[in-house]
Amino acid sequence: MTVAIDRATGKRRGDRTPRPGLGRRLKNGYQRHWYAYAMIAPVVIVLGVLVLYPLAYGFYLTLTDADSLNSARTIGVNEIEATYKFVGLDNYADILWGETAYDRFWSHFLWTVVWTAACVTLHYCIGLGLALLLNQKLRGRTFYRLILVLPWAVPTFVTVFGWRFMLADSGIINSALEALHLPAPQWLEDTFWQRFAAIMVNTWCGVPFMMVSLLGGLQSIDSSLYEAAEMDGASAWQRFRHVTLPGLRAVSSTVVLLGVIWTFNQFAIIFLLFGNTAPDAQILVTWAYQLGFGQQPREFAQSAAYGILLLAVLIVFTSFYRRWLNRDEQQLAI
Amino acid sequence: MTTTTVTPAAGPAAPDAAPTATGPRRRRGRGAALASHGVLTVASLIALFPIAWLVFLSLGPDKDDYLHPGRIWSKMTFENYSFVLSETNFWHWLQSSLVVSLGTTVIGVMVAATTGYAVSRMRFPGYRKLMWVLLLTQMFPIAVLIVPMYQILSELRLIDSYLGLVLVYCSTAVPYCAWLLKGYFDTIPFEIDEAGRVDGLSPFGTFFRLILPLARPGLAVAAFYSFITAFGEVAFASTFLLSDTKYTFAVGLQSFVSEHDAQRNLMAATAVLIAIPVSAFFYLVQRNLVTGLTAGGTKG
Repeated sequence: MTVAIDRATGKRRGDRTPRPGLGRRLKNGYQRHWYAYAMIAPVVIVLGVLVLYPLAYGFYLTLTDADSLNSARTIGVNEIEATYKFVGLDNYADILWGETAYDRFWSHFLWTVVWTAACVTLHYCIGLGLALLLNQKLRGRTFYRLILVLPWAVPTFVTVFGWRFMLADSGIINSALEALHLPAPQWLEDTFWQRFAAIMVNTWCGVPFMMVSLLGGLQSIDSSLYEAAEMDGASAWQRFRHVTLPGLRAVSSTVVLLGVIWTFNQFAIIFLLFGNTAPDAQILVTWAYQLGFGQQPREFAQSAAYGILLLAVLIVFTSFYRRWLNRDEQQLAI
Repeated sequence: MTTTTVTPAAGPAAPDAAPTATGPRRRRGRGAALASHGVLTVASLIALFPIAWLVFLSLGPDKDDYLHPGRIWSKMTFENYSFVLSETNFWHWLQSSLVVSLGTTVIGVMVAATTGYAVSRMRFPGYRKLMWVLLLTQMFPIAVLIVPMYQILSELRLIDSYLGLVLVYCSTAVPYCAWLLKGYFDTIPFEIDEAGRVDGLSPFGTFFRLILPLARPGLAVAAFYSFITAFGEVAFASTFLLSDTKYTFAVGLQSFVSEHDAQRNLMAATAVLIAIPVSAFFYLVQRNLVTGLTAGGTKG
């Protein structure tokens, strides 16, 4: 249950707050808590109503066999009562170990892991490379920066359609490849190329965020560190390895975590790029959506169970990630 | 003890982060700068091309022009734009998008502001749990909430209504804004609070009279970010909006391909019309946005 309390602020707090905090807490700590609770009340209420209640309800649904045929619904003036029944953990067992579980869950799971790893690695490496280039004293770097941010500035649902035009069978990309006498893959039909195209489009969309965040990180590194390193005869690579990378650590750990979460949950790109046409290129999120809303009858219970499993994967990942970061930090402290 | 001058030139992607003005360094700098310009130009072209292509295609009058881009040059026209603006539901979609996004923004920021302040300044029992929940809700896949939300909203008859969608968006916008605002409040010196207390203000008074006016840039970032997220959201909007006059842009744009038998030229024109104001707005605030995002994250 670690929370995101960063070293930086932790230290700052350690310097400032405890003293006045302690003193006041002794005097009127009771009152202070009262204020705090009044201030967080709106969010707690909203989260309770909009997140916890649906979450609990969704979890309950996963224990039933609800689909669109047996749920409560209104047809014209007739109201039909819900008739789904409780089936315990059957949905989970079916998804994880049932017949054809590999096709329905594990293949998508593996593809989701590959997708997340590939996209985040590409985002980070390209973003860092561009950030390093932009961090130099270079003529026209503001101009480059403005253009490079463009994929982030335009809403994803707009740019994905641009990509769809380009990736179409006789679209510009294949025309160009043919003109160069290279094979022209069927980007939107063939499974491998669908996956390739999805990663490509997502990389295109995601690099600007990484680039801009890392550029911010680079600019906050104290330049005297570089001077000192140079005095000591460090090569450019050594400066990069021992000054730049450690200096980027706080920003990197945050953006990588955000990147993993966002990419893992990335819905719009795959959904808009392929619609319902590519069962094998669906990551778990879009696959769960398709079960719940992209087919008839709508498998509500199964879809919700996928959702809970996804959440579980993310929670496990995040806790490990934080523990790993913290362990690293302790080593640094020693 | 390698000399600084020789090795770096061969060094891979490690350009000079701290350029100095020594002689040999400057000479090597010119080659490196040229390479940097080359890489940046290529990257800029890649970033620019899909969007430029979309703009170009939107000028072709026929729906299959995207397959024969060469023909567009000779018959370029703005017909698509006038058609989209006068004959389609464009203005309805604009209205829905604005209502839903602005609704989410206003509610999200208003509800989250006090909490951001509380978690930034006060340590109370349950603090860690609250922060954990705020972080947790940010990793909710849409798949977790979409089914129960659909069921609940249909029971409340809020499917196909703006209010329903705003409520759904608030489930992500509120915790996110609280998180973001906490990051911003952390950057406001604690002394200001103390000064307020000394002058006899209650914590609420301190917050509303002193901190909130100072936090305007932070509030703007949170508002802007909620707006953009709600504006670009696809999954919930596609599922919860049923009538085509209530579609947001994210849903309306998809309807060109299915309903109007793939009128791609109109789709491209609509896409450009949507993209221009949004990206213009984005450029106005992007610098603040990035600072806000990373501050909220790293100082969480």
